Amino acid sequence: MKNLIENILDLAKLKRVDYADIRLVKRQNEEIGIKNGKVEAFAQEEDSGFGIRVLFQGAWGFACSSKINKKEMESVFGKALKIARASSRAVQRKVFLEDTKPKLDSFSTPILVDPFRVSPERKVDLLLRSEALLRSKPKVKISEAFMGSYKTEKIFASTEGSYIEQRIIECGAGISATAIEASEVQVRSYPNSFRGNFATRGYEWIEDLELERHAERVAEEAVALLYAKPCPSKVTTLILDSSQLALQIHESIGHPIEMDRVLGTETSYAGTSFIQPEMVGNFQYGSEIIHVVADATYPGGLGTFGYDDEGIEAQRVPIISNGILVNLLTSRETAHLLGKKSNGTMRADGWNRIPLIRMTNINLEPGNWTLEEIIGDTKEGLFLSTNRSWSIDDKRINFQFGTEIGWEIRNGKLGDMVKNPTYTGITPRFWRSCDAIANRDYWQMWGTPNCGKGEPGQVAHVGHGAAPARFRNVQVGVMK
Amino acid sequence: MIGIERRYPFLKKIIRDSPFDQTEIVLLAEDSSLTRFTHSTIHQHVAERNATLILRVISNKRIVVLTTNLLTPASIENLFERALSIAKIQPPNEEFLSLPQKKSFPQVKTYYEGIDYLTPRRKVEILRKLFLKVKDKGLHASGSFSNGVVELLVLNSLGVEAYQKYSDLVFHLIVHDQESSGYASFVSRNPSSFNIESLAQEAIDRVRRIPEVTIEPGEYEVILEPYAVAELLSFLGYLGFHALALQEKRSFFCNRFGEKMVDERVTIYDDGLEEEGLPIPFDFEGVPKKRVVFFESGMARDVTYDSFTAGREGKESTGHALMAPNTEGPVPINLFMKGGTSSLEEMIRSVRRGIYVTRFHYTNVVEPMKAVLTGMTRDGTFLIEEGEIKKPIKNLRFTESALRALSRVKAISKERRLCSEGTVYSRRFITGVVAPAIHVDGFYFSGASKL
Repeated sequence: MKNLIENILDLAKLKRVDYADIRLVKRQNEEIGIKNGKVEAFAQEEDSGFGIRVLFQGAWGFACSSKINKKEMESVFGKALKIARASSRAVQRKVFLEDTKPKLDSFSTPILVDPFRVSPERKVDLLLRSEALLRSKPKVKISEAFMGSYKTEKIFASTEGSYIEQRIIECGAGISATAIEASEVQVRSYPNSFRGNFATRGYEWIEDLELERHAERVAEEAVALLYAKPCPSKVTTLILDSSQLALQIHESIGHPIEMDRVLGTETSYAGTSFIQPEMVGNFQYGSEIIHVVADATYPGGLGTFGYDDEGIEAQRVPIISNGILVNLLTSRETAHLLGKKSNGTMRADGWNRIPLIRMTNINLEPGNWTLEEIIGDTKEGLFLSTNRSWSIDDKRINFQFGTEIGWEIRNGKLGDMVKNPTYTGITPRFWRSCDAIANRDYWQMWGTPNCGKGEPGQVAHVGHGAAPARFRNVQVGVMK
Repeated sequence: MIGIERRYPFLKKIIRDSPFDQTEIVLLAEDSSLTRFTHSTIHQHVAERNATLILRVISNKRIVVLTTNLLTPASIENLFERALSIAKIQPPNEEFLSLPQKKSFPQVKTYYEGIDYLTPRRKVEILRKLFLKVKDKGLHASGSFSNGVVELLVLNSLGVEAYQKYSDLVFHLIVHDQESSGYASFVSRNPSSFNIESLAQEAIDRVRRIPEVTIEPGEYEVILEPYAVAELLSFLGYLGFHALALQEKRSFFCNRFGEKMVDERVTIYDDGLEEEGLPIPFDFEGVPKKRVVFFESGMARDVTYDSFTAGREGKESTGHALMAPNTEGPVPINLFMKGGTSSLEEMIRSVRRGIYVTRFHYTNVVEPMKAVLTGMTRDGTFLIEEGEIKKPIKNLRFTESALRALSRVKAISKERRLCSEGTVYSRRFITGVVAPAIHVDGFYFSGASKL
């Protein structure tokens, strides 16, 4: 394989390109879905190929193929160069890549048990047992359990001399109960909605989730929601659990700080950002207790890796310190615009996509409170848990979320359950209203395996660490 | 060309030799290119060639789906070995009846040779023409220009043999200055109908070049352009227009067939053969597409089926299976809304005070049974006063039931437009919605995008 790669890099140098890199990626996935006592899907997928990125006269070209052999690789290189050459005729600003030292290295996510070595019987059995417990409540009409295992093996090599091999293993699982009565549909999930929680860990992660232990509560809450009172419509104090806060971080901090969005290169699809480069270093993003880091090194995080897909080593960098925006997510092409070096966030969704700036693990650092203290200190408000829906505008200013469940807070105590809770706000105003964050005992990593961006579309696996936090003067109950 | 037809004999032999009760092979190949630009400069230009084989086998009602892009005989043999071991450990799914039998499907033109002329150089020439045109107006262009050829082959052990070649061109264009933006898009299987000059002019005409004003959230009369209507229809398709949602009692259609649910001017259907859309003659199980009407003059009528959901009810599939493994249900992908009798200009003239919406962004579901959705407006939201578009307004958040909106329709445009996100995650298979513009008597905006 190394010979094939060297052949392409030699060819690239011979053609006097500004820069070229090649990535060979092999992926293996397994997904098992159980619904109402039946195996709804048992699917395995394998996928491999290579992609070549060429920078020529300041313009990028990229081509890729699933056939890995010398002739095809040379043909694909030729196509990438042809594309770059054509694109260079319509480039107003030539691409500038910052200098970087070539790396020769390898990286593997540490795991105890390879999920691909665990027998299918054992996995199906665990899911069937967990799912069966959800059906103990007759009003639960849809009971589901899911498990996914993902392995990525990739090689990155560049004309600058880098050669990096990586193996990343991820897995996750979850259960959900949907209770239905007349026209009322209510869902509860564990450990998170939309299939569960995911991490760069082995099968030990799945076992630690203890799906069975939580099934009965999940079913009970789904049924109880059928009879719960509707979420009130008012401006109030809001406490978010850490899983919902993770998605809040994702949508209203993680995406706006992506430098490619800031520069407009996602205009046509995902959108741009209200952030401008000159805001770095002085913009009050949140209250003084807000500290956010982008940490691609956090053990087990779904956004954890050794090197990004430009060969830049994984880093832990402050993004918001004491509420002030201090950095953005950057690449070799964009960091210099902030007078900084790339913080290593360029990742591609497989061999057939170019790397884009993606979140790593965007973590809100823990505070000093216990959750009980935060609730006890709240006279009136709502405590909301587990995401159900999300939406935010193309500049990431106006957001609206729905959660699966909520509870009223009255005089420092959790009160009645509320159904269909929603809340809305304006990004910086919301983060500036945060006045309490729970401590590290309540802090947890959440994997988001479905972050969409780019054209052609790319799905990134990213992580968010968060502890429950309190926000003041938030509009809840967004219905007419 | 990709030429997957040449794999026919090999794949047919695999099916013939399969040890399973039933076997299905889907082969999907693509040769595509996508160019993105922002502020009138190209920043991404990519090309892809790939072919994926999806093997679905059934053994004693146990279903296994394996997918690979390693298409060597050894790799495919390995798939069968794995499928055997996985099938053994599953409990049978008694609700599964059968894969579909062979049926003939109509010949539909879905491939146009002109797509092959879109070389990287020609695409760049088209974009340079666009950049010059918007520069003359003091504007910038951002967007994406994508073209592809897709081949789909479906074979199964019951005799299904279905092959189709598709071409597609998708162009999204946002023309903007510092203050406002205008949007236009084009999608077609036939690239010869693409005209960059007229598309650019359409987007330019929407840019108002005056500062946006903020208006108070609340209920307003709205004119929704086809792009916005298409988004609402897509969500209705996902939430309620298919058999799986109905069978699981999570569709807004539950117990309501025959009932007038929306305005009598509203007729919505799915038709894989209508040329105004993006024709698809058969589904991912090789079943010919049937026209399915969801709302007929406002009355709830029917839903789409694949072989699994049809088997549960002893019905026939309507040809709406998606790629296996599909847990979402037979979601319709060729949606149409019948046009009305008004022109867009007449519709605007009839509004005393209201809002004109070009398109929505990041829409999501708030309450599925009522089809309550939330999302933002984007790239052209205007205040209409006394029958005229007066000024651009800052983007608004809507939180509204799509069903309620369709029950308050005052007028529907004669003209319809094929709309497509054109977004391709994983495998390319472009779908689209044909929608008119609609005038809705009351539509609820719950917030504005303002720092």
